[in-house]
Order: sequence, then structure tokens, then C-alpha cells
Amino acid sequence: MPPETQDVLDERVGRAYEAGFVTDVEQDTFEPGLDEGVIARLSALKQEPQWMLDWRLKAYQNWLKMHEPTWANIKYEPIDYQSISYYSAPKKSLNSLDEVDPEILATYEKLGIPLLEQQMLAGVAVDAVFDSVSVATTFKAKLAEAGVIFCSMSEAIRDHGDLVRQYLGSVVPRGDNFFAALNSAVFSDGSFVYVPKGVRCPMELSTYFRINASNTGQFERTLIIAEEGAHVSYLEGCTAPMRDENQLHAAVVELYAAEGATIKYSTVQNWYPGDPETGKGGIFNFVTKRGVAERRAKISWTQVETGSAITWKYPSVILKGDDSVGEFYSVALSKAYQQADTGTKMIHVGKNTTSTIISKGISAGFGQNTYRGQVKILRDAENARNFSQCDSMLIGDKCGAHTFPYIDVQNPTAQMEHEASTSKVGEDQLFYCNSRGIDTEDAVGMIVNGFCKEVFNELPMEFAVEARKLLEISLEGSVG
Amino acid sequence: MTMLEIKDLHVRVEDKEILKGLSLTINPGEVHAVMGPNGSGKSTLAQVLAGKDEYEITSGEIRYKGEDLIEQAPEERAREGLFLAFQYPVEIPGVSNVYFLKAALNAIRKHRGLEEMDAMDFLTYVREKMKMVQMDETLLQRPVNEGFSGGEKKRNEIFHLSVLDPTLAVLDETDSGLDIDALKIVSDGVNSLRSPERAFIVITHYQRLLNYIEPDRVHAMVDGRIVESGGKELALKLEDKGYAWLEERVAAADAAAASGA
Repeated sequence: MPPETQDVLDERVGRAYEAGFVTDVEQDTFEPGLDEGVIARLSALKQEPQWMLDWRLKAYQNWLKMHEPTWANIKYEPIDYQSISYYSAPKKSLNSLDEVDPEILATYEKLGIPLLEQQMLAGVAVDAVFDSVSVATTFKAKLAEAGVIFCSMSEAIRDHGDLVRQYLGSVVPRGDNFFAALNSAVFSDGSFVYVPKGVRCPMELSTYFRINASNTGQFERTLIIAEEGAHVSYLEGCTAPMRDENQLHAAVVELYAAEGATIKYSTVQNWYPGDPETGKGGIFNFVTKRGVAERRAKISWTQVETGSAITWKYPSVILKGDDSVGEFYSVALSKAYQQADTGTKMIHVGKNTTSTIISKGISAGFGQNTYRGQVKILRDAENARNFSQCDSMLIGDKCGAHTFPYIDVQNPTAQMEHEASTSKVGEDQLFYCNSRGIDTEDAVGMIVNGFCKEVFNELPMEFAVEARKLLEISLEGSVG
Repeated sequence: MTMLEIKDLHVRVEDKEILKGLSLTINPGEVHAVMGPNGSGKSTLAQVLAGKDEYEITSGEIRYKGEDLIEQAPEERAREGLFLAFQYPVEIPGVSNVYFLKAALNAIRKHRGLEEMDAMDFLTYVREKMKMVQMDETLLQRPVNEGFSGGEKKRNEIFHLSVLDPTLAVLDETDSGLDIDALKIVSDGVNSLRSPERAFIVITHYQRLLNYIEPDRVHAMVDGRIVESGGKELALKLEDKGYAWLEERVAAADAAAASGA
């Protein structure tokens, strides 16, 4: 590659993180360290019932016996779990938007998420998680009318204890894996959604997470329940301020789709990826996301992962019921010194189950991008079908792309299709664009955007726009 | 003013010299055909004009509209009105043809101090141009060249040409791989784009194309140089006699030069 092209590429992929700023808000923060006392304090502070505390403590006992997984294709300094603070929250508890600290609102303004405007214009309900506690929840009335519950996990534990107790840990058990066990012990807050039988949620549900307190682990716990025939689309988008310390993020998301229900879960993740020169200081993102689909239910994960120093994430679907459908659409970008090991698991249990996997990995700079996916067809899963497509794109010559597809078929009627490709943003493509008057920077954006198109098409409109912006691309498809 | 002036151009790729003192002058409104056997350097000339940087220009000069072309980046050349129709058009998956062209046209318009065209105006403009090359409108929404047949790719290049409205168009073997109907469509497109302000360099293997696109000048290229120039009758002579007589003449001249020196 000619030097000037390389320069443009370097400049482009090395662009400094633009959402890096810190909000000055007073915080209640625990001293670093983790033991049963810390968990009890956390639980008490959140005024949780005894069963919740017991559940947390059992998870903690599980976690103590577990080891951090080492099989992923990622490298990082060992995490000292005793040097992390396990709770941080804005000091006052608030009842309405009027009481929200102007600084917090200003933070959202900077991020381009003005809550009030969103209420009035976008028709998107926002459960805004500022660090660990929800400070503003909107559109409750309209959702309540439809019978939809959309609130913070803390509220749900207090106000809808029976539902939480029934479903929490039913998809991702307490002791599922090291990070899920940690989350189960210390989860701070998150979102809770309940859509009753036959109800189509009247709006897209959206949560913006923002990690803010320095050196504070953020452990969201999200639970979405769609009853028979219900329909819900949930959006999760995140940015984080610039910080030097590594920040641990270990979320758990559980989805339960009852018979005939549909859950669509979309993520745009843009957490601080670390210093572009050294790779220091970025977010460690260890996430467990899983859904159970009953008969004729459908669960669809779409993710655009552009941030974090380390991403360890495998949104999965257990296709439990006959004729259930699982989908996974992913764009993962690793630039500078980012490492991403991400993919999905599709576990086919029921008959005539169908899963689709479309994964687009983009590596630039020194980035390492790994697709790791498992498709499992169990013995009784007659006529199961899977289509997997894993494409990797390399920008520059110092990055890497890796693909680990695991396929386990125990029923001979299964139909499996797997396609994989690796391409470089080719000199020929760039020259072709240049020779039509398009400069290299725009050409790279265009080529990358084209590469990701199948995934962007799955995102709800407003998120697709944000995703494209994230990849710094001018609008595709604005014509015609 | 002369549109393009190439003087004693020497070009190499790695250790191999490909153009060995090529000179060519083109005025506005003219159509020049460049013919020659495989490996004579025809496509290298096209790529060098467009600014592909794997070619090293060791000596000589290229002036385009009075300016030093060699100094300009490929996108600058394009914005100054130079267009290359590729011999092998490149595929860009996921990027629609219409989106690509709008970005290209607006980059060019911006450079020229014109307002960028909005989506509606652009569509109207583009539909007009499509008729000229009889392209199916579905090709507008399909990704650039992806899944296009050979003929569709070549027609698409002429379509790009008509949309971007260049002052100097270089057609690199646009006729190769075209059946007679497609050849006629492409030629009609080119002919309708001929104007007193625009010049063409048509690079081709075969005289056939020149039955449809009538050149003002024909150049025969052998071993990195233009060794014979003439009117359209030269094309017929080359068709009839091949290139051997020219190659022999070049070899004899080189031998004489070597021994005489």
C-alpha cells in the first residue's frame, strides 16, 4: 500500500475518541473491595427483599469457586477484583425529570440524547442509566396503558418482585460463567421489561448506558419478558467518558420469549477503547446475553460493537420450542489496540427451528477481531436449519481476523450452511473510487459501510443512523 | 489550448520498463485511438494517466490542460475532468451504484465550486443518462459492479462517464468482451458524448470498435512507444497486416541504434 494511503488509513482509524468527557456530579461510592458485607450493604441500600440478598450471596459463593475464563482470543493484565468499587450512584433519589441534576442532563445533551426532546419528538421511551441507578424514566404512562412494564431493575425488584423472582436467572443461571456469577452477586441496576400476552409494545424501548464514575465496575442486569404473542423491540446504546483506569463491565441480559412472541434486541456499543497510542485505559466488556425462544417465538440480536478495549460477548438463543427462530447480526470493529472476541450460540432444541448468523468483523490498526460461534443441533431437533456467514475485512497490514465456528450436529435431518470470507480494503477498490473523484477517506468509509450493510439494515432506523455515524460514514441509501 | 501533452514518457513497474519514450498530443474535440499488441503498454498508459501509483515515472512529462498531471492525486485528476473507463471495473459490495455516483459527482462539483446535487435532482439527472446506454434502472440500486455481467460492467463504465461529464475520457479496452449489440450501445453512448470541448483516448485491440467510433487519429503502439500514427486508414492497415511489420521495424531500428552507438 502506498504511504499516503496508509497515512489516511492510520489517521482515520486512529481518530481520537470523541465522547470522552467527564461529568462532575457528586457520587456515593463504595470503597474498593468485595465480600459478603459489601453485597449486604449494596442490597440494603437498594432496599431489596431478603430473597434477593440470598440470591446474590449464593451467586457470590458460586463465583468464589470459579475461575476467569482463558479460552478467548484476548490478552489483558489480570483484573484485581478487590481493587474495584462495587457501587456508585448519584446521591439524591429522584422522582421526576425536573429533579435530575442539570449536569447529568447536560451530559446527555453532549451525547446528543436530550431526554426531553426525545420524549416530545422521537417517541422513544428512555430508561436512562447514569452509572448504576436510573435517574429518569419516561413515557411510563403510555406504556402502562398498554400494560407494558418498563423500569429499572431496582424498581422491578421492589414493585414486581414475583415476576423478577420467577424469571431472574432462568435464562442465564447464577453460576453460568465467571462473569455472569459476578454480575449476579453485585449487579447494580439495569432494565426490566414485561410485555403481557398479545401486546405489541407501542414504541421502541431504549436505554442509554453511560459509565461515569472512575474505577467503578458497572454491572447491569437486564431482563426482558415477552408473554405469548407479545412483541417488543429494545435498543441499547452506550458511550463512556475518557479515563485512564481500566473499567470492568460485566453485564447480563436475559430474554424470555413465550409462545409466538418476538423480541428484537439491538445494541450500539461505543465505550472508550483505550488510548489509541498505547491501548491503555479502555473498557473491559465481558457480557453474557442469552434468550430462550418457546414455540414459534423469535429472538433477534443485532449488535454494532465499535468501542471497548476488550469485548467478550456471545449473544445466544436457545431455540427451545418447535418452529422457533434465532437471529444474530453483528458488526464488530477493532482498531488501534482493541480486541474483540465475539459471536453467538444457537442451540437448536425444538423441531423445525431456524437460525441465521451474519457476522462482519473489521480490523484496523493493531486490532484483533475474532468471530467465535457455536451452532448446536440437539438429537430431537428434527429439520433444524442454520445459515452462517462470517466475513472479515482488514484495513492495513498490522491487524488480524480470526474465525472459530463450532458446529455440533446430533440430528441427521439438519441443514447447515456456512460461508466465510476475508477481504482487504483493496488498493483496487480505493483506486477505482479515487479515479471517480472520491478521496481515500470517503472511499474507506464507503467500502466499510457497504461491507456492513446487511447488518445495518437490521437496525431500527434511528440506530442505523447512529451506527453509520459511528463508522464515520456519510449516509448510504439517501438516494432512491 | 492543447488538452493533453505527453512528452518522452518513461515508466517502470519494479524493474521492468514498460513505457519507453512515449509522446502524444491531444486537442479538445479529438478522438484518438491507441492500438497495439498485448504487452505493448496500452493499459499502462491508461493507468498512468489516471494516477495509479504502482507505476514509477522515471522521466518525461504529462501536461493536462497546461498543468503538470504527474503531481496530481488520482481524485484531483478526476475532479479536473479526467476519466478512465476501466478494462476490469472493480466491485464494491454493499455500495449502491447510484450512491457511489452521487458521491463522485458531488465531489467533482464541490471541487468546481458548484452546489452539491440533492437526491431528487440527481435521480432526474441520472435517469436521463441511463437511457443513453440503455441500462436497466435496477442496476442503479445494485451494488457497484457486483453481480454485473461483463457487458453490464462495461456499459456501467460508459454510464459513469456520461454522468461525470469529463473533459478527457480514456477508454481502456471497453470493447473487449462485448457482443455486437453491446458494442453498438457503448459506441452510440460514446458518440453522443463527443463534443468540441471533450477529447477521447480509445484503447483497443480491434479495429472493429473503430467502425462505430470514428477516430480523428490512430496510433500504433509497440514496445512502449507510439511507432506509427495516421488517420483511420491506419487502423484498417493494422487489421489487415497485424503488428509484425511494425515490430520488425522497431527491432531493426533498435539494433541499428545499438551497433551504431
